[in-house]
Amino acid sequence: MNMRLVTRVTLGFAVAAPLAIGPNIEAQAAEDFIKIGEVGSTTGSEATFGVATHQGVDLAIKEINATGGIKGKKLKVILLDDQGKPEEAATATTRLITQDKVTAIIGEVASSRSLAMAPIAQQYKIPMISPSSTNPKVTEIGDYIFRVCFIDPFQGFVMARFAAENLKIKRVAILRDVKNDYSVGLAKYFTETFKKLGGDIVLDQSYSAGDIDFKSQLTAIRATKPDAIFVPGYYTEVGLIARQARSLGIKVPMMGGDGWDSPKLLQIGGKAMEGAYFSNHYSAEDKSPHVQAFIDRYRKAYKDTPSGLAAMGFDATMVLADAMKRAKSLSTSDIRAALAATKDFQGVTGRISIDQQRNAVKPAVVLKVVNGSFAYESTIRPG
Amino acid sequence: MEAVRRQTRMPKHRFLFSASTYQTLSWGLVLLAAFVVSPWIEQGINPYWFTIVIYCGINIILAVSLNLVNGFTGQFSIGHAGFMAVGAYVAAVVTMALGANPAWNEFVASNGISESAVLPIGLCLGGIAAAGAGYMVGMPSLRLRGDYLAIVTLGFGEIIRVIMMNTEAVGGASGLNNIPFLSNFGWVYSSVVLTVFCVWRMVHSSHGRTLLAVREDEIAGEAMGVNTTQAKVRAFAMGAFFAGVAGGLYAHQLRILTPQTFDFNRSFEVVIMVVLGGMGSISGSVVAAVLLTVLREALRVVQTWYEIDIRMVIYSLVLIILMLTRPNGLFGSREITDFFPASLRRKLAGGAEARGGVK
Repeated sequence: MNMRLVTRVTLGFAVAAPLAIGPNIEAQAAEDFIKIGEVGSTTGSEATFGVATHQGVDLAIKEINATGGIKGKKLKVILLDDQGKPEEAATATTRLITQDKVTAIIGEVASSRSLAMAPIAQQYKIPMISPSSTNPKVTEIGDYIFRVCFIDPFQGFVMARFAAENLKIKRVAILRDVKNDYSVGLAKYFTETFKKLGGDIVLDQSYSAGDIDFKSQLTAIRATKPDAIFVPGYYTEVGLIARQARSLGIKVPMMGGDGWDSPKLLQIGGKAMEGAYFSNHYSAEDKSPHVQAFIDRYRKAYKDTPSGLAAMGFDATMVLADAMKRAKSLSTSDIRAALAATKDFQGVTGRISIDQQRNAVKPAVVLKVVNGSFAYESTIRPG
Repeated sequence: MEAVRRQTRMPKHRFLFSASTYQTLSWGLVLLAAFVVSPWIEQGINPYWFTIVIYCGINIILAVSLNLVNGFTGQFSIGHAGFMAVGAYVAAVVTMALGANPAWNEFVASNGISESAVLPIGLCLGGIAAAGAGYMVGMPSLRLRGDYLAIVTLGFGEIIRVIMMNTEAVGGASGLNNIPFLSNFGWVYSSVVLTVFCVWRMVHSSHGRTLLAVREDEIAGEAMGVNTTQAKVRAFAMGAFFAGVAGGLYAHQLRILTPQTFDFNRSFEVVIMVVLGGMGSISGSVVAAVLLTVLREALRVVQTWYEIDIRMVIYSLVLIILMLTRPNGLFGSREITDFFPASLRRKLAGGAEARGGVK
């Protein structure tokens, strides 16, 4: 019995070890490839994030390879799953850099996982591009960390511009989520920009994520007779707020940020959401020819309309490929320098420039809720 | 009752002292090995494998400490991630506060202490905080049994997570980042040795006997004069302490803490390690922790071959097969020393074991 046990355990390790070390035959044959690592949550509770992003990345890689690759070499993406856990993201990043010897890394969607990966990429001086982590802290980790999405404060700016210039309104009330740095940041930058554009913040009320009853705040807001209410929260509370606002007889439009971007918003808010505006990264209804061309190609490949995350994954890869083309050599420091010099790159999610803090400067789209779906309203450019 | 017979046959040591010469020698050797292996591991080994080694160590601490509660005391706790979170956050806050404190930095510089010296302080305070949490949860809830206790511990883990999520001082929902990178092989290895040593001595002391009594038959134990609540709280607090230490090491390895990391899935991962290794077997917990940690990473290769992630499918299949073929876990309630030759075993266990004879 004992011997059998010992044999089994040893056998287990004997099987596991060579599996782990893996066949390096493939790696040797892949010398003509430029290897790009991707870390994403392709399983777990946030699997849709990782899968959508990877489809965007994959489409970009195929298109680049179809046109001859970069500096005579084809691209190859190695995707590792992190199950939505920060420590798995960190281990996967270490593996991609030290075992697979990738030239650059694309990932992650969620800021918490990007924050776990970034110190490792920075340590080994491997350029890392996050497609859609909006937390400003991510790129502050070091000069090898980039992103192709805008950061949270920018959305406050976008909605203020939209309110002042497109809706031409003067009086806005704010209802912010105090427990959420995303919401607080949006409200702060909205106030700054809106006042600069000659608008007036008539009232600034707050709530906490998880609240159910917003009637007292909304009654106070109703008394000030605003032209619109800015609610930069997440979709669950926003839906409830909209319902209660309508039942109190508040008819003015509501505005918000990309935290609204979920079908759940319409399930919870229902008809009360009609006519509301929010900022987002991209809209599939954008009529620009290159956006429509991307959607066509994506539909052909995956029989599905690309989500915002897929578009961001596509853009992250394209920005990286563009930097590799412009770089003096394929060394990681040259690629980093080229990435930092990215200017007016025409991506699906807008014209992308990388600023001093390695964040993307790019336009945002504003969507409107019309007949229970999100309709493209306008594009707001930075600056 | 075979397990009890074997375990009760062991001598009644006091907790940390009075180990036999051979025991002292072998533990000393194990600790010394750290100094021999450490430079080789830190320099020579691929950083990826090094990371896995570190996570193996952290998981060993978690599994062995939970085994004290679940395996030896027979209390089904599924809130280990909560204690780990307490230790992780406290340790991270301590090292970050000390690192930013000019008086401390001056003290360190003038006395020539290595910068990583803040880590043991953080680990100890983290462990103590976790033990305190374990004591607080244990006192009222350990009067419950079986499923009810499991629910209470599960609830506790979630409460900790929600508190962290709503505390701005530790980063709230977006997490605590910029934690210094201090976990190295030396600290992880010595923490593992310390954990295994303490749990092993605990189980083989008279305090440990009371734990076994609680597990086997609480009523009979009480009739024999065992203070069962005290025994349970003791096991709980000690298990929580080491979970806190593991959390501290984890925080200084990953450099970011988010409340979502410590959800009940992590608690279950540790429970799986304990059950797979064998309830009431320290060596079983060690082997299972290493096996499961390595297995998960080893299966990554499969993903690079087939482009789809079937890691968790294989992982679950391995678990099912192992539990079907070995329903009591890999080791049952045996220890690795049970497989040693009889003469060595006698020497290790000291005089009393020798007199008791071998089976």
